Amino acid sequence: MAGRIDESQVRRVAQLARLELGDDEVSQFSAQLSGIVAYIEKLNELDTEGVEPLAHCLPVHNVFRADSVRPSLGVAQALANAPEQAEGHFKVPKILEDGSGA
Amino acid sequence: MMDSLTARELRDRIAGGEVTSAEATEAYFRRIDKLEPTIGAYLSLFREAALERAGQIDRKIARGEPVGALAGVPVAIKDNLCTAFGATTCGSKILEHFQAPYHAHVVEKLLAADAVILGKTNLDEFAMGSSTENSGLQQTRNPRDVGRVPGGSSGGSAAATAARMCAAALGSDTGGSIRQPAGFCGVVGLKPTYGRVSRYGLVAYGSSLDQIGPVTRTVEDTALLLQVIAGADERDSTSVPEKMAPVPDYTASLDRPVEGLRIGVVPHLNAGADAAVQQAVDAALAVYTAQGARLVELEMPHFDYAISAYYVIATAEASSNLARYDGVHYGYRSPEAQDYVEVYSKSRDEGFGAEVKRRIMLGTYALSSGYYDAYYLKALKVRNLIRGDFTRAFEQADCLMLPVSPTTAFRMGEKTDDPLQMYLADVYTIGVNLAGVPGISIPCGFDETNLPIGLQIVSAPFTEETLLRIARMYEKQTDWHRKEPTL
Repeated sequence: MAGRIDESQVRRVAQLARLELGDDEVSQFSAQLSGIVAYIEKLNELDTEGVEPLAHCLPVHNVFRADSVRPSLGVAQALANAPEQAEGHFKVPKILEDGSGA
Repeated sequence: MMDSLTARELRDRIAGGEVTSAEATEAYFRRIDKLEPTIGAYLSLFREAALERAGQIDRKIARGEPVGALAGVPVAIKDNLCTAFGATTCGSKILEHFQAPYHAHVVEKLLAADAVILGKTNLDEFAMGSSTENSGLQQTRNPRDVGRVPGGSSGGSAAATAARMCAAALGSDTGGSIRQPAGFCGVVGLKPTYGRVSRYGLVAYGSSLDQIGPVTRTVEDTALLLQVIAGADERDSTSVPEKMAPVPDYTASLDRPVEGLRIGVVPHLNAGADAAVQQAVDAALAVYTAQGARLVELEMPHFDYAISAYYVIATAEASSNLARYDGVHYGYRSPEAQDYVEVYSKSRDEGFGAEVKRRIMLGTYALSSGYYDAYYLKALKVRNLIRGDFTRAFEQADCLMLPVSPTTAFRMGEKTDDPLQMYLADVYTIGVNLAGVPGISIPCGFDETNLPIGLQIVSAPFTEETLLRIARMYEKQTDWHRKEPTL
């Protein structure tokens, strides 16, 4: 396993996480995350051959309820916190170039 | 002084007509007006609404109508719990102006029990931290020493409770976020069993670890609050149904000591704490053995791996949970964003603080292609080993006792430049979340500079009733919990 997380890896992960980090953040995170990951690699001291992964602690798996229509948030409530909205929709910058849309 | 009464005492006097909820609420706001400029525990206060509600409860009592278990008691809630009134900020600039469209389950429960909500308390941004210094909105100081941190992430709830700026509070605990600030501020804090309390309306951080619980001045008050908030809720599929784990009466047998109590201790763990902490924990154990309890030495060979496993699992879950902050549906959007990718990436970079970004990065890394098996899957396997340590411990003992934290409250700014040092402050609390078991922090003394020390008691899943009785056995023999901060 790679110990040190260099700046190019930081940039790649930041892109996956949709974080536009500044250059100072990139270098700081490279150093800090490398240190944290080095600590985390302590896990490799343990033999986990044959051990089941434990995602959560409850003996509960699928929980079902009746598939029936229930009241939910109305449009006005759902949009109440939107940074931008128009005509009952969330508004975002144009995604497709002119002419490339269907 | 009304603010010196416990929640239970205050509730009984209000319900009995000796004092009114309006008087109690006003007394707490006077206390808040005096101390809040120094402590900074609250992110929002609901003065008018609280007084109006107190008046409604007083009128119910005057009419002789039945009232709830928290009738007229002024409480505070951590600001990662949704309220349909006011803002729910999570201590983050990205949610600074967010108005939740609904109440969290626990908020509904508090209101149904006739509690009066004074305000919402400060926290490390998205509950990520151990000092409340990661709040993007405000600094909170420890009422025991204002140069020190209150602990975190429920630092505002613990500080407000210790400073008598509320009768009791709710917090949330993902890796120690209720127990550690309770320990640092000298109050009681309980993380219930995972699944005991519905997380509906708790802003998610690490969903397989998060649990809501009380922060109070006494074990009795913790029992009272747990009674109100515990139980199944179909809106959280991980809240456990009654038939699987019925909610007992937590207060009925609270004063009955546990006969033949077997206390598990792990000598090598305690040895890692500061001398003052070790001495206080040893003295607490002696209080139990004097009551007939027996100490059982245990080995928990995987306990030391809890921090490593936690910072993979919690951050992986956080990176997924926090993907919802997209600058589109709610929350902050960068005015600089030119295209839809920038709406995400600039809004998130500007809206999140450093620790939140660090954890999103770490979690994204651990889940990314090529690293998933090495980090995430490995951590889940180690989690199973850690849970096995707890399962075996509770075959040999009724509970486990250990420090809450290796040190007392540290100075403001002391660990902010070194995230790993901050993480290590949670060495004793994190394993409890990974194993999903309940844990309580109770005051057990002071160090040489008069900072409080917490004793942590941990028990098997869904045995909060026993856990509270064990904690109460200590509280009845000591008066640490009555030592008010000098402010």
